[in-house]
This record gives sequence, structure tokens and C-alpha cells, in this order.
Amino acid sequence: MAKVELTVNGRKVAREVEGRMLLAHFLREELELTGTHIGCDTSQCGACVVHVDGKAVKSCTMLAAQASGTEVTTIEGLSTGADLHPVQRAFNTHHGLQCGFCTTGMIMASVDIINRYGGALDEATVRAELEGNICRCTGYHNIVKAVLDANAEMHGQTQAAE
Amino acid sequence: MGLQGIGAAVPRKEDRRFTTGAGRYTDDMVVQGMRHAAFVRSPHAHATIKGIDTSAAEGMPGVVGVLTGAQLKEDGIGNLICGWAISSKDGSPMNMGEWSPLAVGKVRYVGDAVVVVVAETRAQARDAAEAVMIDYEELPVVVDAVEALKDGAPQVHENAPGNLIYDWEIGERDATDAAIAGAAHVTKMKIRNNRLVPNAMEPRAALAKYDKAEDHYTLWTTSQNPHVARLVLSAFYNVAPENKLRVIAPDVGGGFGSKIYIYPEEIVCLWASKRTGVPVKWVADRTESFLTDAHGRDHVTEVEMAFDAENRILGLKVDTIANLGAYMSLFSSAVPTYLYATLLSGQYVIPAIHANVRTVYTNTAPVDAYRGAGRPEATYLLERLMETAARELGVSPAELRRKNFIREFPYQTPVIMCYDAGDYEASLDAAMKAADWDGFPARKAEAASRGKLRGIGMSCYIEACGIAPSAAVGALGAGVGLWESAEVRVNAVGTVEVLTGSHSHGQGHETTFAQLVSDRFSIPLDQVNIVHGDTDKVQMGMGTYGSRSGAVGMSAIAKALDKVETKAKKIAAHLLEADEGDIVIEDGHCKVAGTDKQVPWFQVALAAYTAHNLPDGMEPGLKEGAFYDPSNFTFPAGCYICEVEVDPETGKTEVIQFVASDDFGNIINPLIVEGQVHGGIAQGIGQALLEDTAYDASGQLLTASYMDYAMPRAADLPSFQVSNTVTPCPSNPLGIKGCGEAGAIGSPPALINAVTDAIGVRDITMPASPRRVWETLNAKA
Repeated sequence: MAKVELTVNGRKVAREVEGRMLLAHFLREELELTGTHIGCDTSQCGACVVHVDGKAVKSCTMLAAQASGTEVTTIEGLSTGADLHPVQRAFNTHHGLQCGFCTTGMIMASVDIINRYGGALDEATVRAELEGNICRCTGYHNIVKAVLDANAEMHGQTQAAE
Repeated sequence: MGLQGIGAAVPRKEDRRFTTGAGRYTDDMVVQGMRHAAFVRSPHAHATIKGIDTSAAEGMPGVVGVLTGAQLKEDGIGNLICGWAISSKDGSPMNMGEWSPLAVGKVRYVGDAVVVVVAETRAQARDAAEAVMIDYEELPVVVDAVEALKDGAPQVHENAPGNLIYDWEIGERDATDAAIAGAAHVTKMKIRNNRLVPNAMEPRAALAKYDKAEDHYTLWTTSQNPHVARLVLSAFYNVAPENKLRVIAPDVGGGFGSKIYIYPEEIVCLWASKRTGVPVKWVADRTESFLTDAHGRDHVTEVEMAFDAENRILGLKVDTIANLGAYMSLFSSAVPTYLYATLLSGQYVIPAIHANVRTVYTNTAPVDAYRGAGRPEATYLLERLMETAARELGVSPAELRRKNFIREFPYQTPVIMCYDAGDYEASLDAAMKAADWDGFPARKAEAASRGKLRGIGMSCYIEACGIAPSAAVGALGAGVGLWESAEVRVNAVGTVEVLTGSHSHGQGHETTFAQLVSDRFSIPLDQVNIVHGDTDKVQMGMGTYGSRSGAVGMSAIAKALDKVETKAKKIAAHLLEADEGDIVIEDGHCKVAGTDKQVPWFQVALAAYTAHNLPDGMEPGLKEGAFYDPSNFTFPAGCYICEVEVDPETGKTEVIQFVASDDFGNIINPLIVEGQVHGGIAQGIGQALLEDTAYDASGQLLTASYMDYAMPRAADLPSFQVSNTVTPCPSNPLGIKGCGEAGAIGSPPALINAVTDAIGVRDITMPASPRRVWETLNAKA
């Protein structure tokens, strides 16, 4: 067993878990944060993407024990209060989701992409950057639109703030 | 059209929970005392089970039970069935082999479930599953359908000699042979339609809870049709009578057909829950999904199309062998017959058609309906033939199609279907314009200057969906009716719940269905809730597949709305002292047309429930139900044009442009319809360029993970140009045809027509992977 202490969505949590427990299972089963989904066994699909210390991580590639001491943000912690994050809003506006299963990981990955590129995003870059997230429903068309639109909004806000 | 009514591109209501992680899928469900199941599966494609030793597993930490097929039989649990009876052309019934939920005596494909282990945690169940000892004696294996029909092939089921399930035909053999014999030109092809794995992103899952005090079961499961699941589980598998079994399909993470069927795991979890006395949850991992979800397609066909001297089609002769895998899945028999051969007339006048279909057992995963189901296979044949024939005849592919289009409706084909409406030339014209067909030579030349091979291809598809009139499908062997049900409940404050037997697994029913109500009663969308996916809430329904939720499911809602509207108008007329024929519902009010007399909608609803002042003899309440059984299939059709560039150095094909022009009849929510088309096209491009399901000669699935099976990713696809032409469907009250499968049906031949055009070959087998294209190019050189 391993003692795991970390901050998840701003809340400090501590658990004793099996050493082999993955972060994805830890979030879902120990913390009941079921917005993080598991869609494959080989770290290909990206349904389990969360942010660990601000970076997108497939939570099935990491043991819960390895996440000890980190700050984790899951889809449940992306927005607070009534307002959705611009990426969540854009997925709705552009119909960037259908069954919703890949969506939470897709949104967390997209936020990371937008953060990393700081506004300089185009369609080809978004498509290349989404390589680690598989969607079977949308054909990605509206996901790409949503990410570009959210990027424009977030970048615009950044400029306005400056 | 209002802002939220019919025709409005309303963003989806359900998105809030999906974008915030608040969706509730089967694996998110937790019940008190829940334990976890792991299945021990056959590592062999064909073997006799000589013995099973569960003793070591039973002693492992956390283990609650280790159960076998012998115990399942002791408890009287039934075998899985195929629910659509197809007879061979000699009149003999199909040869359905036994499929026990846990294998008894023999295993027939890699992944066949043999033992289930129930333990406190998922990890403990998996550990214990590793400790189950099964003694197998391997048997010879056959994986290819053509090989399976040969003399001396290994026998998969004792009661299916030569592995033949049925040898079926449709159409006029003699007339077709005569047409071919008298033709000016005959185009012949041998075409393989590659086996695909549906790959819904949510793996299949089941949570079963047996309540001893009530002698009642609850099953949460990943189902496109929970009522059909309950019916089959009770009527055929002897799990429990319907009144003792509640099936709930919460949010379902995609299906594409693969979640229509009742699989062994749901049956076993229900049974194991009673047997072990604890609630049992099972969630497939992705490799289990690859191994055991029903696969799609897998046809090999020899086909001939005959033309007269004016390039008019005279006849079509089709000989298909379809691989159904190791067992007959729930609707497997219907897919290569009534969902396939009945569409072989395509968009064309073809005076004589004959199709012969043999289905066979092999030592592979069961094959059943996958997005399009039979119709992609039919479309692929026809549209590859039209392209190839056009090249052979030296005419443009568009002109050959125009010459042969059906132009008068209704049109009775030689293969059962009677097309009710369509305008195929309108779709073709719209697609060619959007694709700038005429500008292609210049683009090809420009690509050549960069060392790229550019090709263009089109496909004109038709499909039959909204399945379908119950009496018609019953006459063709279906074990169920294919109507849909709806109940509209207006609450005392005027808000509305709609209970529907359709069930969304991504299609946005909570929004689209609510738009119907909003449109009818002039109330905001957020005052309408859609209730579905629970057999305790919705009385009965047939579920969502075959692009039927719009044409059939929404028609049922419209029919129930008619009844509610009639009653509401009677009440309003009574309150306003007017004639009921003069009442209109608009702006949130029931109004007397042409006057300023009106009463708010909610007051009409309230009046129905206070019942203080109703017309004489009227029952209180405002709630109506309806069952809708369509009068015909619906016939969406369209034209897809695709342009590709092949890099001759690598063989990689890039899709440069994809244009879709679809006729879905009337559209309720264009945003959602476009999304359906995008997703279908992506799956079609996947089939044409990327996806293949490879078994080796010993029956091992080589493509059992996302590292081995090429799922389309964002960078593999372009943005799509999607548009619509509209001929309203005359066969249902909303004029809807259905849009869920078109993309997957129409796109593969457009892709392959473009690829073969680019690289200058007659044919290439799907998927046109870089390696296959490169090899084809180099073999040619």
C-alpha cells in the first residue's frame, strides 16, 4: 500500500491505496470524480486526460502514488461556479461532442494546447496536437472549430487584460 | 420556425453535464456492496474444453465466486439467440449454432467467455481470473469466410455442415442472366468489404443487482435499446420475467450498432448477482472490446453489371459471402440480406437484379450491424462498379449516373424496396458545384507539379432507414416489431416530460425531441425534459439504431403531441368560450385566432389538473401516449465527392476535400444533423484508408488495441463541406428521413474512387493504407 497526498481541484486529499493503482482509477474510485473516463488500456485514447501541475497528463499513464505531492485539476475543477470555461462553452456552441465520453479528456487536452500555444493556433496545429485524443462520434470537425474559437476568445481576453 | 423550434440549430441541452464531467455512464454507477467481475476468456480460436479447475482462484484474496458454464446451465439460463429468421433458398431454416453465455465443451473464437470471477475489487477479480486453470485441446481453425466454405474446412458448429448458415437469394436469376448475356458491356469486379470494429469510446459495461427480498433484478448497461434487452433477457435467456427485471441504460458513450445486442456478459452478471448474492459490475477493457464487441462488414462479393449500347444499366448480378463469425449475434442474419441486398438498386433504374448471399461461421468474433449495416456494403459495390464502368465505357462518372438515375416516384425496385421520394440529380449537382468538379484538372496538374498524385471520386448513395413497418419486417423474418412509442406528460404548471422508447447514445435526443414540443406548445426548451433509457419509466420501446429515432421515434412523439394538442385546445376553447377550431397556440398562449382573447399555456395545463372547469365529460389531466408504426422505410440519399492526394514516395493518401450533399428530408436541428454526417464520414474514411481487422491463421486478433487498429485521428481527416437538399419524406408526419448512417454509407466508395483515380489502377482493396497504396504503385511500375 502507498500513502498518497495531493491536491485535487483545490482540495487536499490523502488516501492509502494499492501501489499499482493508477491515477485514473484513484480519481474515479477513491474521489468519485467520474468525469475522468477510461477508454483504452494503452494510453492511446486520451479520455482520461487531467492536468497535473498545470500540464495535460493521461491519468492512466501515472500511478496514484506518483501523483503524490502534485496539484491535479480534473474536468470537475476546470470551471467554478455557474460560468463554464471558454473551451467547455465552445464545445457546446459548436456541437463539438456527441456521446460525451471522450469529451472531458478532449476538453482538458484542448485547454492545455491553447495554454501552450498562447493564441498562435491554426487548424493544422490543433489537429496535430489532438493526436492523443480519439473521438469516434464527431469526425473532429466541430472539435477543431471549438478549440479554435475558444482559443480566439481566450487570446482576445488575454490581450484585453493587457 | 421559432428560435428553438423545428429547423433551429439549437446547441444541445445535454452538453452541460457532458462538458463538466457530470455525465453518468454505466461505469460511473456505484451501488452498496458492489463487487467486480472479470471474465476468463479463451486464448484459442477453436478448442475443446477438457477441464476447468477453479480451486486456486476460489482461494484468492477477495474472491466471492468463480462460476462456469456448467453452473449456468444448472440454473436454466438460456443460450443466446439470433432474432431474425432467414431461410435458405431451398426453404430450409438457418443453421443457428449454440451460443452459451459461458462456453460449455468448446470455445469457438479468441475471447469466448468461459469462466467469470467475482471479487471485491477489479484488480482482485483479474488476479483470480489468472489463477483459473482451463485445459484446452486445440482444434483446427478457420478465419476466412471463403476458406470456411471449402471442402474439409474445420467445422465451427456441428449443426452447420460446411459452416454454411444459409444460402439465400433475392431477385430474378433468369432475367438477370439474360440481361448480362445480351449486354453491350459488362463490368465485373471482385470486391472485399473489410471487417471493422465499431469502437464506441465507452467500453461495454454492466452492473447487475439482484434484490432477494423482492426477487427482482436491476441491470445498468451500455445499451442502445434497454427495452429490447429486457425482452430478450426475460423471454429467451430465462434470467427473470419482465416484471422482475428493470434495465437502465444511463448515458451511453457511443454505440454505432455494437450496443444493440445482448451479450454474454450482461446475462452472466445478472445471473452471478443472484448466485453470489452481491451486486456485480463488469467493465470491458479495450482489448476485450476489440475481441468481443460485434464486428461489422466482412463481405467478399463477385459482381457483374450489364449495360446496353446507350450505357443504360440492364442488370446486376451479385454473389456474396458474408462472415458472421463464431456465433450468430442478435440481428446478424438480417444485415447481409434485408439490410443489404434490398438496396442493390441504388439510385438507378436496374430492370433485373439477382443477389445470392451465403453466410458462414468462422472462428472469429461475431459480426452484426455496424453503422450503416449492409447498406455500406451495397453502396460500395454499386458505386465502385459505376466508377469502373464509366472508365471502361469512356464516359464521365457523373454522366453515367445521370443517365441511369431514377426520376419518377414512387419507384418499385426489383428487390422489395419502394422508394417514396427523392431527387438524385439535385444532390449530384449540388455536390459537383461545391466540389468545383470542373476545376479538378487544373488542381491535378498543380499537384503533379509538386510530385503528388491527385484523384477525385464520387459516390451516389441511397439507404433505407427509419426501420420500419412492423408487418413488413415481420413478414421478412424479424422477431420484433419496429414501431416506436412516446408519452407526452404536461405538468400542472405547463412544463412537459416526454417519455420515449428511443435512446440516445450521442444523437442529442434531449434537445431535438424537445424542439418538437417547444415548436408545438410555444414553450421554451428548458421547460421540456426527455425521459428515456429506463424500462421502469418508459413502458416499451424499440431503441435507437438504423437512423430510426427521428423518422420513427419523433413521429411517435408527434402523434402523442397531436392528442395533447387536441385536448388542450378543447380546454382552452372552453375557458375562452370559443370554438376549438379557432384556437391557435403561439407566444406561450392559447389564443382565439383573429381576436385578443387568450389564456396562457400554463393556465390551460393547470385547468386540466384542477378540473374545476372542464368541458362536460372530459377526464382530468393532460397526458397522452402513442405508438407509431411507419408505413414505409425512409430513403435518405445523396452525393459525396472526395479529392485526395497520394504521395508516391510513401503511399500515404491525404484527403484534401470532402463534399457531402445529403437529402434527409426535413431537418429538426441542422447543427446535430451536420454532426451526424461528420461522424459518419470519419468512419467511412476510416474504413477506406485506415481501419482493418486482422486475424492471423490461428485466429488470433492482431489488431486488438489502439496501437494496432488504425482509428481515425484528427490529423487524418479534413474539415468537411456538408450541405443538404430537401425532398420531404411522404411516409411520416414530420417528413424526416434520418441522418445517422449516411456518412458511413456514402463515403468509402467516394474515397476509393478517388484513390484509384489518383494512382491509375482499376481497384484497390480497403483499407488503402500507405503500405497497400505504395505496393500497388510499385507493382504497377
